[in-house]
Amino acid sequence: MPQVSLTVNGKRHTVEVETRTLLVELLREKLGLTGTHVGCDTSQCGACVVHVDGTSVKSCTFLAVQADGASVTTIEGLAAADGTLHPMQAAFREHHALQCGFCTPGMVMSAIDLVNSHKERMSEAEIRHGLEGNLCRCTGYHNIVKAVAAAQEVMHGRAQAAE
Amino acid sequence: MAEIALSTAPAHLRHGSNSGQPLTRRDGLLKVTGAARFAADHHPPGLLHAVIAASTIARGRVVSLDLAAAMAHPGVVAVMTPAHKPPLAADPDAKTNPFMFRLDLLQNDRVRYAGQPIAVVIAETLEAATEGAALLAPRYQREPARVGFEDATVFTPPAVGVGSPAEVVVGDVAAELAAARLRIEATYETPAQYHNPIEPHAIVAAWDGEKLSVDTPSQGLAMARARIAGLFGIPAENIEIRSPFLGGGFGCKGMLSGPQVLGIMAARLVGWPVKLVLRREQMFGPVGHRAPSRQTLRLGAEAGGRLRALDHHTLTASSTFDDFFEPASNASHTLYASPALRSAHEAVRLDTGTPLFMRAPGEATGSIALESAIDEMAAACAMDPLAFRLENYAEVEPISGKPFSSKALRECYARGAERFGWTARPLAPGAMRDEAGLLVGWGVGTATFPALMFQGQARAVIRADGTGLIECGAQDMGQGAWTALAQIGADGLGLDLEQVEFRAGSSDLPDAGIAGGSAHTATAGMAIHAAGADAIGRLAALATGDERSALFGAGNAGVIARAGRLYRRDDETRSERYADILARAGLFEIDGRGSGAADPVALARYAMHAHGAVFAEVKIDPEFGQIRVSRLVGAFAAGRLVNPRLVRSQYYGGMIWGVSFALHERAVVDPRSGRVMNANLAEYRVPVNADVPSLEAILVEEEDPHVNALGIKGVGEIAITGSAGAIANAIWHATGRRLRRFPVTLEQVAGVAG
Ligand code: FES
Ligand code: FES
Repeated sequence: MPQVSLTVNGKRHTVEVETRTLLVELLREKLGLTGTHVGCDTSQCGACVVHVDGTSVKSCTFLAVQADGASVTTIEGLAAADGTLHPMQAAFREHHALQCGFCTPGMVMSAIDLVNSHKERMSEAEIRHGLEGNLCRCTGYHNIVKAVAAAQEVMHGRAQAAE
Repeated sequence: MAEIALSTAPAHLRHGSNSGQPLTRRDGLLKVTGAARFAADHHPPGLLHAVIAASTIARGRVVSLDLAAAMAHPGVVAVMTPAHKPPLAADPDAKTNPFMFRLDLLQNDRVRYAGQPIAVVIAETLEAATEGAALLAPRYQREPARVGFEDATVFTPPAVGVGSPAEVVVGDVAAELAAARLRIEATYETPAQYHNPIEPHAIVAAWDGEKLSVDTPSQGLAMARARIAGLFGIPAENIEIRSPFLGGGFGCKGMLSGPQVLGIMAARLVGWPVKLVLRREQMFGPVGHRAPSRQTLRLGAEAGGRLRALDHHTLTASSTFDDFFEPASNASHTLYASPALRSAHEAVRLDTGTPLFMRAPGEATGSIALESAIDEMAAACAMDPLAFRLENYAEVEPISGKPFSSKALRECYARGAERFGWTARPLAPGAMRDEAGLLVGWGVGTATFPALMFQGQARAVIRADGTGLIECGAQDMGQGAWTALAQIGADGLGLDLEQVEFRAGSSDLPDAGIAGGSAHTATAGMAIHAAGADAIGRLAALATGDERSALFGAGNAGVIARAGRLYRRDDETRSERYADILARAGLFEIDGRGSGAADPVALARYAMHAHGAVFAEVKIDPEFGQIRVSRLVGAFAAGRLVNPRLVRSQYYGGMIWGVSFALHERAVVDPRSGRVMNANLAEYRVPVNADVPSLEAILVEEEDPHVNALGIKGVGEIAITGSAGAIANAIWHATGRRLRRFPVTLEQVAGVAG
């Protein structure tokens, strides 16, 4: 079985995986990082989004062996060591951008990548289009858009964090 | 035991009024950090993975499975088949109550729908189990599938929904129709829809001798436990089911499904803990769906717009082997006054999984047809559709003649219309374009949903340190039970929210009733309220009967509980801390019990419903037919709101389900194979972020003294109703075309500009 060495949330891991093992399975079953969810296994829902070397990736369509040498960030790795939330997490919580919360980790990870790659203030429509690859069956998206709109201000230093 | 640490909710303004505060949800922190544990997140030591092999035919028999190939695959531990499975203590096709549905648990080789489990492969890894399932390469003896209304015999079901009569008649429909100046008749079709919560059904099951531990999402823990106990012949106390968080439910996690039981059987078979998670495509078969419908409405009215007859007929479908009939016509029972009214249902049996409750079962399906037909009648009367609705406003419930326990629908119409700017609406269709040349249309729909209650229990405790504990096996599928029910609990105990520990989401806790029918907050809330009152009553008895207490002699009725103290009602200078009362009595804690259920006297006297009005704007590309909902304003009245933030969130979600019903969702069944052809989230369309307009949900105040002591109606389902019809009506207003086959797609509207 091939070995994969990767950094996840700042911690180095070397694990044996089958070549067919998906990154999401490695994270969830081998590393116990179950905040990353699986909602569709066909790359539509975005519940499984993590960052690989800073870019959002649907980990259900990414082989674990592809992550060899990479740095992976999951929802568990966003908050500071003292528990201070990432501005996007804080905004999702504050703006009620979740109900069941199953889509939330993937939605947060996608939204962070979206904001990181848009230094200019995004309009509501741009946020909506940017998050098209993440499904939420509960919230009607309205509060998710509000949360991302608020978080982009904080992330680009235009406003203070929620709370 | 599932519980949520108390901490971060902002302090509320007044003691004793946690309810009504728009508190941030208490599970938010867990959910934004990935710390909330869903069923599939569990991984007990020795865990094996199970994968279902599902039938690719809709009707027939499994002739062979290549067991040798599957077993030869490295890592495969066992293949569970009809010939190799643990015995069950009860026939899964037996029914002993109306909430019990027949389950496919590998009892024989028969196939009754596409997607039915025909084997389960258990392996050391998910990958090996998945590959093992693929290697089974089943061969079938196939029979022709019955997939459409034309393929089967129409009959009248004995009951629809849960025990409602298939036909209800008031007045003489034929005579009133004949006498009416204006008549319309129209037929609307709605497709099969699948719940598709983003969390697929999942179970982690572990046996320890005759004891069973289960992590699985459930909207009805006590029913699930009873079902498992019956199927495996073990006492219910031997079973613990934990379901602190559901990744959405919408009805498909209301009754324990076949695949969840298969996970338990697999664990029994191999003697190790087993995890079984459905693939998305497997959510289209064994876990329920909303049945398709063909609804015919016949309306008669006076020239001035007063309705004389409303006849709502539904043809729907159930499976060949079980009974659930979508009660769509019952949507016409409550909204519009008409001297003659008939709701009727007929059905066929198709080779599908059994349809089940799906968010607003009957109400959503019937509402889109009823609201469209009302709009057609308004147009026939050359009346504004809102004015037409007001002309036919029901002052008493049309089907029963009962007064409403409360009904602020007029105010919903007024507030919604004002916010939307409805008065600027041109009467004629096709009269509005935006600056980009898109056709613009405005539509309205009325929302309604019954205020139901099931039965539930709760326990409330006051502890020696003066803090409280609420135990209630409530289920949170996202609606916010962890927050709203804790608010009610804190009020019941006269404590701050921060001082009350709230336990929910486990079958070891008191049965809180099912989280469905938009009834959970009312049912579990009333149980918690009563339990709190019971605990306070016992505490008061201790104090008032003890001459060392400042409250001695006050009598039970003579004290009030507030901020951790009991006060003499007639003299608030005399009070005592809970902690002091307990300490003097030498008690570690004192507890109370309560139950919640509908009041039969009030039920007999009043019709109880939540109401609302939804206004929609659509924009349609005249050449390509692309339809966008550009604005959606809903105003809803649903009694007392425990937490307005949570309520608004439910309305947003419901309104989007309305958008989805009108424009997106449809399972397409292959007429040859009987398989759902779009069993994935790419082709089974649910709205994405970019499909959704800006939403507004107006909370209309409503006091209801009858519905229950807390005045709570449900909010989880109502917003689908009204929304779907409003969009359909807006499409007509934009184009002048009545499109009666839902969802309305761009093929249907393309080229409307002519
Ligand atoms: S699970 Fe990866 S996109 Fe749905
Ligand atoms: S909050 Fe439930 S799927 Fe998004």
